[in-house]
Amino acid sequence: MIDVFLNEAFIGSVTDIHEFMESVKKQRREGIIPTNLNIGHDEGLNEIHIETTKGRCRRPLIIVENGKSKLTSELITKIENNQITWEELTKQGVIEYLDAREEENAYVAISEEELTKEHTHLEISPITILGICTSLVPFSNYGSSSRLIRGSKIQKQGLGLYAKNFLIRNDTDASVLHYAQRPITTTFMHDIFNYDSRPSGQNLTIAVMSYEGYNMQDATILNRGSVERGLARSTFFRPYSTTELRYSGGLMDQIGIPDKEVKGYKSEKDYRHLEDDGIVFTEAQVGSEEVIIGRTSPPRFLGSLEEFNIAANTRRESSISIGEETQGIVDMTIITENEEGNRLIQTRLRENRIPEIGDKFASRHGQKGVIGMLIPHIDMPFSSRGITPDIIFSPHSIPSRMTVSHLLEVLAGKVGALNSKLIDATTFDNPSEESLRKQLLELGFSEDGKESFYNPITGQKFDAKIYTGNIYYLRLKHMVANKLHARAAGRVQLLTRQPVEGRAMGGGLRVGEMEKDCLVAHGAALLLKERFDSDKTILHICENCGMFATYDYFKNKAICTRCGSDTKVSPVEMSYAFKLFLDEIRTIGIDSQIKLKDKF
Amino acid sequence: MTDIFEKYKDKLPGAILEEIKLESKSNELTQAEIIRALDESVKEYEAALIAPGEAIGIITAESFGEAGTQMTLNVFHFAGVAEIQVTRGLPRLIELFDARKEPSTPSMEVYLKPEFTANEKTIRRVASFIKEMKLQEISSEISLNIMKQSVDIDFNEEKIKLYGFKKEEIIEKVTKDLKNVTVKETKKGITITSNSEEVNLSMLYKIKENAKSVLIRGISKITQVLPKKEDSKYVILCAGSNLKEVLNMKEVESKLTTTNNIFEISSSLGIEAARQAIINEALSVIENQGLDINIRHVMFLADIMTQTGVVRGITRGGISGEKESVLARASFETPINHLIDASLTGELDNLKSVIENVIINQPIPLGTGLPGLMSKMKKEDKKGAKK
Repeated sequence: MIDVFLNEAFIGSVTDIHEFMESVKKQRREGIIPTNLNIGHDEGLNEIHIETTKGRCRRPLIIVENGKSKLTSELITKIENNQITWEELTKQGVIEYLDAREEENAYVAISEEELTKEHTHLEISPITILGICTSLVPFSNYGSSSRLIRGSKIQKQGLGLYAKNFLIRNDTDASVLHYAQRPITTTFMHDIFNYDSRPSGQNLTIAVMSYEGYNMQDATILNRGSVERGLARSTFFRPYSTTELRYSGGLMDQIGIPDKEVKGYKSEKDYRHLEDDGIVFTEAQVGSEEVIIGRTSPPRFLGSLEEFNIAANTRRESSISIGEETQGIVDMTIITENEEGNRLIQTRLRENRIPEIGDKFASRHGQKGVIGMLIPHIDMPFSSRGITPDIIFSPHSIPSRMTVSHLLEVLAGKVGALNSKLIDATTFDNPSEESLRKQLLELGFSEDGKESFYNPITGQKFDAKIYTGNIYYLRLKHMVANKLHARAAGRVQLLTRQPVEGRAMGGGLRVGEMEKDCLVAHGAALLLKERFDSDKTILHICENCGMFATYDYFKNKAICTRCGSDTKVSPVEMSYAFKLFLDEIRTIGIDSQIKLKDKF
Repeated sequence: MTDIFEKYKDKLPGAILEEIKLESKSNELTQAEIIRALDESVKEYEAALIAPGEAIGIITAESFGEAGTQMTLNVFHFAGVAEIQVTRGLPRLIELFDARKEPSTPSMEVYLKPEFTANEKTIRRVASFIKEMKLQEISSEISLNIMKQSVDIDFNEEKIKLYGFKKEEIIEKVTKDLKNVTVKETKKGITITSNSEEVNLSMLYKIKENAKSVLIRGISKITQVLPKKEDSKYVILCAGSNLKEVLNMKEVESKLTTTNNIFEISSSLGIEAARQAIINEALSVIENQGLDINIRHVMFLADIMTQTGVVRGITRGGISGEKESVLARASFETPINHLIDASLTGELDNLKSVIENVIINQPIPLGTGLPGLMSKMKKEDKKGAKK
């Protein structure tokens, strides 16, 4: 007797496992019981589990009976002629979905040739081991697995036409590539996925060489001429939104240009882009920290008495301004209401992003890098046919990473570009290097994909032949313009008086524990002190009791409130963090005193 | 001649002086030449000395820390090769510097005296005498005989033959180890009965359990032996460590035999040996990982760990917990405990070390912060000088 569980709940027991399981499966295939039911025999626990819950990961397989695939050649021709659909196949019991547990009992053949009587299922295609993103990598069976993973992850960061209705959307951090193309070297997934209508990269001419050292360590060199002609240009959108909130007592926010009496009024210059309704006009060029939506809020913390006080009744300025180090053109404004019925204003800033040094680029093979230099067209190496590459890729990126697929794509891209044909480089099913070489030879090029290149400065031919071709490159969403940051003096935290953190706040870059260790190891004592001077304070310490004294600015004299005016009080310089530490120690009941003595 | 070297006694270490003495003799140097050689040596020696105020502690820590990030965290096994598994890499380095009482994988390298390394057979024999063998291993069945109130043990004949045991020998060992029992020979093995007057089942059960772990041959704690040829020398690698017992064996070359248990070395061979063992162990890990850390860093660390005569780890219970400054201790681990303990005794922090001065933002007493300028005051008359 074997226990049977339905969705982890005991429902009964059966004597013949085989017969029971087969009958369930048969009925499922016939459509008598739902197709989303899975049954599995756990041999370790000797239990039968039937699952119908949602959230299980299931995958389709062709059913095999007596060593014969149920997907007959007749059905295949029907599929080819569009006479039968996927749903019908599942209904007819040709294809079924297995979950993880039922898969444990299945014996799956990868190809039809290896089918035996023991097999229960047949894989639809070996490509089903790959997901959508991974299937988008051409020649991926020639690359190393770690690079394939990286390559498929990188594709998600590529800029392109992310949604066709991007003009009326208000996404955070959205970018649109201006002249997106579909790749010359495609895979079957590009067709299935309709990549044509949502492409995310460009086919570039690449030269695998080093040039003046600007592409060392994964940097790449871009042709400034190509960039000026629009290569990898994109638009960055940044949304802003605000609501007119209602407060207790009938008070509410007001959107409009703030009056000059308002508390916290900025300056007339900051409000210059606003129209009469307090909202910035479309196509206005706004710069760093300028207001895009003017707003005032009622005063905070109104006491019962203060309600009648005119002085306290001034409103507060609470406009929305764009951040530091950001700029853009106002692209769109939406005025509407939110769920609570409050007025909601959304604006969107647009910014043209021309590739610059530090912007990130990648091929589909996990070969990512930032622009190390933009070289003018006249200074780019050129081939004997007068071709200058768009991008110069470092040959040192290849050997240790073993991305042969990257090199093959260059070759395939070249053949495809010259033939004006798309090359299907689906995993496990792609043209051989040999055939690509042959085609290239027929097109009148050197079969190894190499060409003679000339030094643009001296006009001399390079000794080495340069491997060149066409490859699909992606511009990734990480752009320096969003990351560049430095500061000298600036905002500090209220509690510790140390500089704030983060670019958005104009914060500092932390000299952390390990950085401190470096300075100590160098013996740079005074430099270390100066680095940590950001929160230094002068405290007055009573030499009698060792506690902090108070400084009386009227009398210009420090007095220890504990010991009276007779004791000596001395100013001591220390970090504010230490003062805070002493205070905290005192709050947990540990007395801490500072004993002063002359340093030398 | 000797007085020249005597003059340099304070300027150069003995080993260098000895070397120059030998070299000058073999090269037949003149008096003047020797002096020149000595002067040059002093110059070189002084140039090689580390400068005062150099932060050697931090540099050592950084030297280990930087390389440590590249270490393979766990190497579990060597597939296919007969090897004894030993913890290596960062986990081993951590347990070494923390001075854990017992390594996670204790192991020994036992070298034999030349007369016992004639052929592989003798080595295997010695190895079998090192490996701990318990009664359970050579018996096929251990059972309780309730009728006779005894524990019956049947031997595995094959193993008895293989290892050349005699029944008398086993009986003697068992009688000695279990105490208060009588052991008699039976057809298949032995039978054990208790000598006490009242015998109950739980007692018998206890005897049975204890009998399983009676050591009948070898050295306790050594669970695995592996004889191996290591550049023309025979080594027996052992899993488990018991240095004292192994050194007592007459076949063992005590000069070469080592263990990876620092505390065993410290207790049986002394603190200097422990220091050297720490250095050797750390270096072997570093080498094994293909890293390059200067031996001086390792030596410095070993010196710090052993300088009091006891092996102490770099933990809050060891060296780091013995720092003079409260703030320095609090900044390492468990700050609240240190602060509370300090407050109970009214500790005074003299702010003489690095961390404290970083905390209060004062120049650290290291590097450029170490020297202070002093100016000579004019000599005052005797009355004023008193002040």
